[in-house]
Amino acid sequence: MTNQWTDIGQSDCVLIFGSNCAENHPIAMKWVLRAKEKGGTIIHVDPRFTRTSAKADIYAPLRSGTDVALLGGMIKYLLEKDMIFKDYVLHYTNAAFIVNEKYDFKDGLFSGYNSEKRVYDKSSWVFEKDEKGIPKRDTTLQHPRCVYQLLKKHYARYDLDTVSSITGTPKADLIKVYEAYAATGKPDKVGTILYSMGWTQHTIGSQIIRTGSIVQLLLGNVGMAGGGVNAMRGESNVQGVTDMYLFHILPGYLPSPNASHDSVAKYNEVFTPKTADPMSVNWWANRPKYIASLLKSFFGENATKENDFGYGWLPKLDVGQNASWLYLFDDMFNGKISGFICLGMNPACSSPNADKARKALEKLDWLVDIDLFENETSSFWKGPGMDPKKIKTEVFLLPAASSVEKEGSITNSGRVLQWRYKAQEPIGDTKPDGQIVHELYVRVRDLYAKEGGILPDPILKLKWDYAKEGKVDFHTVAKEVNGYFLEDIAEHPVDKKAYKKGTLVPTFVYLLADGRTSCGNWIYSGSYTEAGNMTARRDKSDPTGVGLFSKWGWSWPVNRRIIYNRASVDLDGNPWDPKRAVIKWDGTKWVGDVPDGPAPPMGLTGGKYPFIMKPDGVASIFGPGLADGPFPEHYEPLECPIEKNPLSSQRVNPATPIFKGELDKFTTCDPKFPFVATTYRLAEHWQTGLMTRYQPWLVEAEPQMFVELSVELAKLRGIKSGDRVTIASPRGKMWAVAMVTNRIKPFNVAGQTVHLVGMTWHYGWLVPKDGGDSSNILTPSIGDANTLIPEYKVFLVNVMKEERPKVEKKPEPKAVPKK
Amino acid sequence: MSMKITRRTFLKISGATTAGTLMGGLGFDLSPAEIYAQELRIKGAKETTTVCCYCSVGCGVIVHTDAKGKVINTEGDPDHPISEGSLCAKGMALYQLITNKDRLSKVLYRAPNSSKWETKSWNWALSEIAKRIKKSRDASFVEKNDKGQMVNRTNGIAAVGSCHINNEEAWLYGKFLRSLGLVYIEHEARL
Repeated sequence: MTNQWTDIGQSDCVLIFGSNCAENHPIAMKWVLRAKEKGGTIIHVDPRFTRTSAKADIYAPLRSGTDVALLGGMIKYLLEKDMIFKDYVLHYTNAAFIVNEKYDFKDGLFSGYNSEKRVYDKSSWVFEKDEKGIPKRDTTLQHPRCVYQLLKKHYARYDLDTVSSITGTPKADLIKVYEAYAATGKPDKVGTILYSMGWTQHTIGSQIIRTGSIVQLLLGNVGMAGGGVNAMRGESNVQGVTDMYLFHILPGYLPSPNASHDSVAKYNEVFTPKTADPMSVNWWANRPKYIASLLKSFFGENATKENDFGYGWLPKLDVGQNASWLYLFDDMFNGKISGFICLGMNPACSSPNADKARKALEKLDWLVDIDLFENETSSFWKGPGMDPKKIKTEVFLLPAASSVEKEGSITNSGRVLQWRYKAQEPIGDTKPDGQIVHELYVRVRDLYAKEGGILPDPILKLKWDYAKEGKVDFHTVAKEVNGYFLEDIAEHPVDKKAYKKGTLVPTFVYLLADGRTSCGNWIYSGSYTEAGNMTARRDKSDPTGVGLFSKWGWSWPVNRRIIYNRASVDLDGNPWDPKRAVIKWDGTKWVGDVPDGPAPPMGLTGGKYPFIMKPDGVASIFGPGLADGPFPEHYEPLECPIEKNPLSSQRVNPATPIFKGELDKFTTCDPKFPFVATTYRLAEHWQTGLMTRYQPWLVEAEPQMFVELSVELAKLRGIKSGDRVTIASPRGKMWAVAMVTNRIKPFNVAGQTVHLVGMTWHYGWLVPKDGGDSSNILTPSIGDANTLIPEYKVFLVNVMKEERPKVEKKPEPKAVPKK
Repeated sequence: MSMKITRRTFLKISGATTAGTLMGGLGFDLSPAEIYAQELRIKGAKETTTVCCYCSVGCGVIVHTDAKGKVINTEGDPDHPISEGSLCAKGMALYQLITNKDRLSKVLYRAPNSSKWETKSWNWALSEIAKRIKKSRDASFVEKNDKGQMVNRTNGIAAVGSCHINNEEAWLYGKFLRSLGLVYIEHEARL
């Protein structure tokens, strides 16, 4: 999130879009309602009328997967009615920049498309530059190729009739949403967008978020208290663990190197953005300091200038290799992976096309599963349709300690790290996950030390000194993540002060590219310093009064609570809205939140642009960074109920890779699967339900798999609430109990009636008894063009009433031996 | 400061003042029996703060442990600026997660083609897993790719998870996996 949960209460208009906040982030809803109590408007846009809708002032239904169409219509509305925040747009975004004349967009395709490879050559998605190399601007916004005019042209097609025919949202509802949200375009008004998996889990997920960001920029809502673009993240530490790793990123969002980056110098050359504009801070120019400090944290004294800080030991992807989830399971299914470590996840239920994932597990030689409970992944070999005798996979199921049986920090959605203390010793033979990792590492290291093997160096030369009497000290780890001075520094280039070897760096500003500092994750630098463990702070003071609570825990980066906060002030550093000041220039320095850099505001001498992470210093309305276009465009979900995309000849996102394996079955406009299905979560269960399905209190509240369908569809199919029904997709079928509600209504899409059904994915065959299975048996193995996040939110199904089948006589799952 | 009186603040204040005066002064009346009953379960218990393990709001939770160090209660932390003492249904049930009778407490092993779990020691499991890791890694390790570029990776082992672990644990896990040469490193953020 750009902002904090606690400043949502400052908002004049909260647009909850692609989220059922009341159910999935219940306590966040407290802050939404606080905004409402102060007179703010709550808007909810969602395929279903949910508990969130019930608290909203305006509810607008939309067909799942058509979010870009609805938001594109909002962009058109804002531009046409001239309701944008002009000063903000002109100075703080690239609206005035002139785009290369070769850039084009025709019938759903941007310039540079290669239909064979389904990728774009993005060389025309660039700005024209002046003789100094700075993007050319037209501050009158009249140039036909300036971003503002191209934006206007791009969304001219998104008129109310077209949008309504795509989204199924009644025109009157569209207007209500547009009017209410457009009202936040005034300098002293602010609106926030809260989204969640309803935006990310689509083949155009990243572009939905981009559309929301463009709306926020046009209205000047980014950087403000009560504003921003807020990804309400799922898991308790999904933010923190993303900060640490994914296949494509090293800690702190440093890109994972590929085979063409053969040295640190080459890596830095490729990944360090440049700017010719002296007013742009271009913070990523510091990247060389972060990669050098990271390598020092990895390999300690074994990382030397002579060996390029051990850079060669880091694994490199092949150029173009994608190792994300869908590819991982595709490779596993195809027998290319022999070993699998699964820590605290349940892919047998959470993977899209779950049967493919379950079958993939059969191809493994060994599986190490670390969890609190026995689960459908560890026990896939005794699941439905499996014959244990034929499954060779060895499984090691290791018992993990719970979150109150160890200590350490987690990072919430607002980037705030909070320290959790140990309340009791781990039960039985359980161990903290980090302790298990430590013990595994030590065993592997000792084995390589004893026996040798292929390239043992990265393992043997790893710096690993966390344990005291065999137990990991998590404070030692937290300090390594923060970073150290590794040598005495007589006069630091930043402040000319002296720093002692072995002391903790105060912030990442002090990191160096020459090997004299270490830092495990540069954005966490400052979290554990010589002043102590910042993440353990519990001071509730809030001098800004806008809900920043700056001394509670610690937020990355450098305890900044609202990122892009330099955009919350005018060119002279005065808050656009003095009532909700986040920062303010007092003539010599900034006061309030930690600003995005200490330089003066851009209108004053020595001033800098506000968006310091962008090479051009401004926010991107024209965003050439994504795989599928510099402006978001509506494409239909892979499985959609209509023959043709009303906006172009491109039905599906042209840049999304499509899997073609034997189990990757898809369909569209198929009378065998006439209904749109979507998946969602409930307050009482957690993700695949593994942590909650063993809890009697929660199972009593939500005992088994159901499918939610409209009164109209129920009538059509002769289904009543409580009936047991079969739901089938091209990938599989399953049973669920029908729940007929008024919360779902049929959509009128391009003149035809489209029915939606909704399902949770909280259940699995193992527990509770007769609880049903995961709806991911039905979902497709297809993902977003940029992130490859699966399209869990839209797929086609059939729903049929079934005679209650004969109860299958299968042995009870073997009880887990007790301590 | 908010003058909402929760049991926690009530007990705090009543420790320093006489209960009778306090009740009159604050204009509310809890039956003394009710207070006693509420207090009993956690009387003398140690309080430890934690953050809820489910969603990313980051609500504060207080964990009560008895003299033997066992968790006997969990409840919302009223001093927490985000949650202000509130918790959702799952957060409220945290006690039942921690003290759940079905939690794994032993290392389990399923042999190839077997239809049952066997209980094993950590020592055995860790050394066996280390051997498997080494075998898979050595068999699949690629030092140079087809183009002759140095890649030093294995595509033969994959690892996923977990957004439930602490930052420090995630640092260790990521460092460990990359030292082995893994590139298939994914977690819940991709789903």
